Amino acid sequence: MAGKTALKRTSLYVSGSSPVNMSQAIFYNEDCLVYDLEDSVPIAEKDAARFLVYNTVRYHRPKDKYVLIRVNGIYSEFLDDDLEAAVRARPDAIRIPKVESAAEVERIAKRITEIEQEAGIEVGSTKLWCNIESYPGVLNAEAIAKADERVEALALGAEDFTASMKATRTKPGWEIFYARNAVLMACRSAGVEALDAVFSDINDMEGLRADTTLTKNLGFDGKTVVHPRQIDIVNSYFTPSKKEINYALRVLAAVEEGKKLNKGAITLDGSMIDKPMELRALTTLAQAEAAGIKIGGAE
Amino acid sequence: MVKNCMGRELPEQVGFYKVKPYMGPFAGKPGDQPVVSRRKPERSPQGGSKVKTLEEAIVASGLKDGMSISFHHCFREGDMVISQVLTAIRKLGIKNLSFNPSAVVNIKNPSIVDFVKDGTISRISASGIRGELGDAVLAGLMDEPVVLRPHGARPRAIEAGEVSIDVAFIGASAADEYGNATGQIGPNACGSLGYAFIDATSAGKVVIVTDNLVDFPLAPVSISQMYVDHVAVVEKIGDSDKIGAGAARMTKNPRDLLIAERSADLIAASRLFKEGFSFQTGAGAISIAATIYLSERMEERGIKASFALGGMTANIIDMFRKGQVRVLECSQSFDAVAARAIVEDPNILEIDNALYANPFTKGSLLSKLNFGVLAALEVDTDFNVNILTGSSGEMMGGLGGGPDVATDADISIVTLPVVRGRTPSIVKRVFTLCTPGDTIAAVVTEAGIALNPKHRYYAELKEDLEKTNLKLVSIEYLQQLAESMTGVPEPIETTDKVVCIVEYRDGTVIDVIHQIKK
Repeated sequence: MAGKTALKRTSLYVSGSSPVNMSQAIFYNEDCLVYDLEDSVPIAEKDAARFLVYNTVRYHRPKDKYVLIRVNGIYSEFLDDDLEAAVRARPDAIRIPKVESAAEVERIAKRITEIEQEAGIEVGSTKLWCNIESYPGVLNAEAIAKADERVEALALGAEDFTASMKATRTKPGWEIFYARNAVLMACRSAGVEALDAVFSDINDMEGLRADTTLTKNLGFDGKTVVHPRQIDIVNSYFTPSKKEINYALRVLAAVEEGKKLNKGAITLDGSMIDKPMELRALTTLAQAEAAGIKIGGAE
Repeated sequence: MVKNCMGRELPEQVGFYKVKPYMGPFAGKPGDQPVVSRRKPERSPQGGSKVKTLEEAIVASGLKDGMSISFHHCFREGDMVISQVLTAIRKLGIKNLSFNPSAVVNIKNPSIVDFVKDGTISRISASGIRGELGDAVLAGLMDEPVVLRPHGARPRAIEAGEVSIDVAFIGASAADEYGNATGQIGPNACGSLGYAFIDATSAGKVVIVTDNLVDFPLAPVSISQMYVDHVAVVEKIGDSDKIGAGAARMTKNPRDLLIAERSADLIAASRLFKEGFSFQTGAGAISIAATIYLSERMEERGIKASFALGGMTANIIDMFRKGQVRVLECSQSFDAVAARAIVEDPNILEIDNALYANPFTKGSLLSKLNFGVLAALEVDTDFNVNILTGSSGEMMGGLGGGPDVATDADISIVTLPVVRGRTPSIVKRVFTLCTPGDTIAAVVTEAGIALNPKHRYYAELKEDLEKTNLKLVSIEYLQQLAESMTGVPEPIETTDKVVCIVEYRDGTVIDVIHQIKK
């Protein structure tokens, strides 16, 4: 992976047909920048966008970002040309829209391998993010997540999913509650990352906070954002607070102390420390470090 | 030719204008002579009325060929006073006037260019000449150079006798028959008349122009009857929609929001951000957003400001009404909300522009200002600022109070994007030098904050910002980043003819603008 950050708290789409937005997108705090060739690009501009995105990613790649290219749909007439350009541009990953089966992933992975070989790129270095945007995608999520080594993350797309379900999209989001959990469990089962759906109202920051609270509490690793204004808020939910970091440090210090003294049961503030608590503490510190937070000793 | 201390080459004389080279932000000193006024003592007229038609008032003022006239720009784009007065002057056949408004608003039908072309106006001085006039001047419209002065320099120049006003025409949204006048009430209220005070007290003759004659005595009064010779009543002084336009709405441009938020973060990180601090933010898109973010930071920290200064917007009125600012020192009202508010609360003060920014007084308010947020078209690697000319050499802005705020505020913050469209904003050398780099504390962009090592608050500010996660970069990094995105633009080609003099606030010349080759 060329991107330096291990965090995937926020993924910002930028249209491949908007050079101005593309040049500005690098200045925001998103962890992952997704150059889009799909929905945001008018049909008549597909060729120009592909050319622009190829040149941007290949020759003016933003530093300190995880870089993706979203190609057109699996059954679209543009996919072959998109893959050809996207793989050769050498992003960290390619984001595939509307994935519904493992077979689709296998077919695309095979084609990517061929392009990598032709272009002299290390085979397997181009990762895949699969957008899960329909009920078949949700039902097959685990198989999709395990379909190929290249799959690094699944991302839920709520708008198309609710349309496929004949459901109504609402701010509280109960209509996607099952899909969120199903995609999450598939990701955990496959050991890949889970990214939650966008919150569409860019003027409702309180709504975004409420939605991101749920995203975080359910266990997602990050969230797609639709506007730069959403980035800092979403990032803040996936960045450990000082209190969380200090607690994690104290948990690990207690574990270390317990090991030294060969204690069977380790306690902190009167509570038993079990393995999941230790794992959570390690995750907290890893997230903090990835977010560039300087970690000191426990206070 | 001479060079000023910024290395800009200047002719020693340009037409009527004798150049004094700029030697540093605090090098210029006031002279020993008393301040100059053209006002003469007169026997107070017993009772009666000063009301006349506009033409009668012009004739009664004694205006003749070659004299100088002045206006304020408080009606902004809605101004209908300047065009009516100039049209009446043209009808009277008076020519070759010196035109000295506080700023040239972009009036059309007729435009100022028409009055230059027909010989009514032959000289101009102002803080800015944006719009059709500006472009025509840069293309070589006038024989004499246009003198551009920052807001603080205009009252200074008038009091020094460098600008002499024979007749001041002061638009007022309400006036009485004896000359008391204000911009605070009436259907075309513009709020503060801050720019008109120096004209009222210093001109040879003063004509109030109003469309709203009220019973004597007017209250509230901004311009007192004791300075006023005539009251000209016209049908309409302005377009109230345009006078109140520019009402502040929060920009949705994410890049501008990012810059605005970083500016507020910078202020909040400074040790000067404490109970009783003071600020000026302005009315551009980034400035208005920065004001809103600043209000949030003040609320979070429970800090209140003693005063806000300069041009007021609805957002600052909001902060005042929430109790976040104790006093608003208002030299101009930028929108309808700010214009109305001034009459509603005694702690919103209409202030003389000289009190705001004149460096040569016994105390200007800028000298008590902690933070100033400024816009710019270009900044160079010496932190010099261009607020006048755009990428193709077109006149894009006015000096406003920029150089004044930069010099006197403790922390002056210039906000601008690294590139605009295909043009770099951070460059190796600004095309027109308006504000000296030494007076700029920080440049805030979407790609990071550059602190100026030569600024008097550098050490403190650096120490304060290093405690935050704000991204600090060098100005050279920003310049190289801009260049990497846009390439190096072709230089703007000019002729040898000087078309504008850019004065610094002390009356010295910081730069000149040459005629742009077509």
